[in-house]
Amino acid sequence: MSSGKLLAIEVKNLVKTFGETQAVRGVDLQVPAGAVYGLLGPNGAGKTTTARMLATLTRPTSGAARVFGHDIVAEADTVRSIVSMTGQFASVDEDLTGIENMVLLGRLLGFGWSEARERGEELIDAFGLGDAANRQVKTYSGGMRRRLDIAASIVVTPEVLFLDEPTTGLDPRSRNEVWDIVRALVATGTTVLLTTQYLDEADQLADRIAVIDHGKVIAEGTPGELKASVGAGTLHVRVREPEHRPAAQGILAQALGVDIELGTDPSALFARVENTGGISAAFDQLSRREIDVSEFSLGQPSLDEVFLTLTGRPAEDQDAQDETEEAA
Amino acid sequence: MTTASPAQEIPRVNGRLRTALSSRTRPPRANALSSTITFGWRAILKIKHVPEQLFDVTMFPIMFVLMFTYLFGGALAGSPRDYLQFLAPGILVQTIIMITMYTGMVLNNDLKKGIFDRFRAMPVWRASFLAGAMLGDALRYLMASAVVLTVAFILGFRPDGGVIGVALGVLLVMVFAFAISWIWTMLSMFMRTPESLMYGSFMFLFPLTFISNIFVDPETMPSWLQSFVDVNPMTFLTTATRGLMHGEASAGDIGIVLISSAIIVAIFAPLTMYIYNRKE
Ligand SMILES: Nc1ncnc2c1ncn2[C@@H]1O[C@H](COP(=O)(O)OP(=O)(O)O)[C@@H](O)[C@H]1O
Ligand SMILES: [Mg+2]
Repeated sequence: MSSGKLLAIEVKNLVKTFGETQAVRGVDLQVPAGAVYGLLGPNGAGKTTTARMLATLTRPTSGAARVFGHDIVAEADTVRSIVSMTGQFASVDEDLTGIENMVLLGRLLGFGWSEARERGEELIDAFGLGDAANRQVKTYSGGMRRRLDIAASIVVTPEVLFLDEPTTGLDPRSRNEVWDIVRALVATGTTVLLTTQYLDEADQLADRIAVIDHGKVIAEGTPGELKASVGAGTLHVRVREPEHRPAAQGILAQALGVDIELGTDPSALFARVENTGGISAAFDQLSRREIDVSEFSLGQPSLDEVFLTLTGRPAEDQDAQDETEEAA
Repeated sequence: MTTASPAQEIPRVNGRLRTALSSRTRPPRANALSSTITFGWRAILKIKHVPEQLFDVTMFPIMFVLMFTYLFGGALAGSPRDYLQFLAPGILVQTIIMITMYTGMVLNNDLKKGIFDRFRAMPVWRASFLAGAMLGDALRYLMASAVVLTVAFILGFRPDGGVIGVALGVLLVMVFAFAISWIWTMLSMFMRTPESLMYGSFMFLFPLTFISNIFVDPETMPSWLQSFVDVNPMTFLTTATRGLMHGEASAGDIGIVLISSAIIVAIFAPLTMYIYNRKE
């Protein structure tokens, strides 16, 4: 099914520098049409810059990219007519009401006044914002704003929608609503490129994921492949006293027979486990040695753990890292 | 772990959402006039939703008219009423010229907001964003003019040029105002905050409007000040506006205002468009 499938986006060695900052250092991507593609990475990794270049909002410094065969620089106008982007920060007019925002964008896209209003009302209702349609956006909650923002991006349903961290800062319920919208979009034929800092989100939504760090893709594959490379299951342990961590590390390593990694949090440990055989024994060992744990759970690896496994260092703020590199 | 692959998951979505998303109507590209009108509509909505912004632009001129007319009128022109005939057109000039800084502040605000990305990604004539903002400006200018002229009329302003003279005067001030608003438009692309732009333009406009012939005849000023007043564009604008309202403007008075407006636009409009088109 996936082989030989039409590519929605094809990116070759894309680079973007801002003065001294190398935001994107040679990204390659192949995004199949009709699916959700996740761009997963920590703050400052270059996700927004990559998405903005593909949405023709920023010119690449070098490299090339095509959206459904159209070059993002040479054919920017064509690309613009088939893509849409929902930025990381709300891109609706706070002073205007929800419906006014929709009419505004509908008009700019070429609808007449009444068509723009009809389309706006249709989307506002579909996104569950009907009751708030005539309220100024500045009175909206974070989740409502996000939904309006996405609605504003699909006044004309695009072939490709870029969603930049659509759920960062949202409560779980609003996050689920956004997820449902993304699923519906894909079900109706739109290709979605989603950036996120949450492996969980990429796993829930994406058919393929590229892990991006320092402006480069460091891993790519289906969520299953990615998790398999990191560890299908991860054991998360948190000791009550951080000074017990080295002891806990030794005990767990012996009981499980795998490497035990240390998290950025001074009380956290985690390990990639292939089978769950030794886990209860490991827990017994810890209690026998009177090491109190506040967490002992088996679950998906966090982004931090993915990064530690893929890069040998935790996912940190890019800017902080650049500084240490320069100092070194 | 119970994570189904997204491909197998059936979207739990309501019918309305599906219908809304399935519509792929793509209307023909909006023409330049239509997108300009749309941006103008937005500018007017913003005035409607935030009417407080008109408060300061109209309160100051009302205060000035009252204060200057009654404080200085007697001393400067024999009677407050006589002075008002001289002052009212000048206050109109000062008011409208001070309001031009709103253009830059509004734009500076927009450029930093995410919505500007949306506008840039729209398949419309790019300058229509700036042109539409001018419609909002025009509304502000007209409303402020109406307030100033109404107050002046109540206090006894009776221009010899009649309604037509007054209308032509307002029109001339607006032409010049549109010209210098290009300067603020350009600066708005560099300034970090709307406030810094406001202070910057205030520091520039406040002395420029005061050290002119708006309030007093420059003949009473020391000669070094007079030489500044004589080349201050506000002086030309005030002379021409006063002339139009009292039905005694010369073609030269009007011509010099139109020519300076044209020069300002010729310099700043292309420069602004150049910077605007390259903005990321
Ligand atoms: N307009 C800009 N000017 C200068 N530096 C920028 C700009 N945009 C992004 N950067 C820098 O580029 C890097 C990548 O940023 P970004 O693409 O926003 O990352 P992410 O979206 O993954 O958090 C960061 O170091 C950021 O500070
Ligand atoms: Mg970002």
